[in-house]
Amino acid sequence: MTPLAVSIAGAIASFTLVLVVLELIRSHRLRERYALLWLATGITLTALSAWRSGLNTIAGWVGVRGYPPAVLFAVGILFILAVLLHYSTVISRLSDQNVLLAQRLALLEEQLQAGATER
Amino acid sequence: MSETVLTAAPAASLSGLSELRRVAIVPALNEEHALPGVIAELRAFDPGLDVVVVDDGSVDRTAAVAAASGARVLRLPFNLGIGGAVQTGFRYAFEHGYDLAVRVDGDGQHDPRQLGLVIEPVLRGEADIAVGSRFAAVGSGYRSSRTRRIGIRLLAVIVSRIVGQRVTDTTSGFQALNRQGIALFARDYPHDYPEVEATVMVFRHRLRLREVPVSMREREGGRSSITTLRSIYYMVKVLLAIFVGLFRRNVVPQEDAE
Repeated sequence: MTPLAVSIAGAIASFTLVLVVLELIRSHRLRERYALLWLATGITLTALSAWRSGLNTIAGWVGVRGYPPAVLFAVGILFILAVLLHYSTVISRLSDQNVLLAQRLALLEEQLQAGATER
Repeated sequence: MSETVLTAAPAASLSGLSELRRVAIVPALNEEHALPGVIAELRAFDPGLDVVVVDDGSVDRTAAVAAASGARVLRLPFNLGIGGAVQTGFRYAFEHGYDLAVRVDGDGQHDPRQLGLVIEPVLRGEADIAVGSRFAAVGSGYRSSRTRRIGIRLLAVIVSRIVGQRVTDTTSGFQALNRQGIALFARDYPHDYPEVEATVMVFRHRLRLREVPVSMREREGGRSSITTLRSIYYMVKVLLAIFVGLFRRNVVPQEDAE
């Protein structure tokens, strides 16, 4: 069984994450679209920390003997991987769009200059 | 052409309309087939209505077709999603000093012949924003997938509770706005599927919103951009946005729009 202190600390830390994410959305510093994965992380970890018998059961399923909180780490790492992968796709899209914007700007500037010299 | 259930006043019979600088904002994504018809109908409704097509990164001839029909075209360099596209139109309307803006989707589902119904409350000064609702009329024959209908209904119930006024269709993009409404949306407009959040925003800024019953048509071209899985994702996202929005400080009423 998970030590009670670990459960409490885990639940507090994960729930803090949820609150921080909500506050970031509220103050317009984080878009909902990018907050959803973080919220899922926080809520899942909070639930797994607080639901002690459930964590035990899951630990049994995945063959973790002796120290059930290891499952918390595993789930946490999986979510972090998911967030990072998501960000990689976002960065890729942003850099593509950035190239496009720079090209459009250069073309526009050329048009403006061509217009100015004609006059 | 099937007869519409609701009869709309033609633009000429709307008193005071001709004195206003007015623009139709038409967001379009790959709508080369439906767009010429929509623009022609807008012109038929009101020849004095300027038409601005916001091409949200189409890969077909949407921009060319729109320009050929005599519309102004704002061509976005890549797809911004409907929220970003529509806001581009509001920015245009704001910066060019329009008094009245209507939003009509480029896929033809909004019938320009019913624009009079949507414009009227704004024109009479009874609302800052008027929204054409598919559900405001009894027995409206709007067809859609079941999940989507349930989602739309659910959102309507939630939003009605929050804003303290009965709202039946929070996902309608068939709208008319006065200068104040244009100014609000030019400055701040939600992303992705924006209408639900925008409805709440309108009330938070103490603007007056009025729904009018309209009937919508089947889509003429293009494809709906919403699949079932996406609807669920957007539902979660929108609910989160609304929920978090409740904890924002009440925004002060908007000052003079100029």
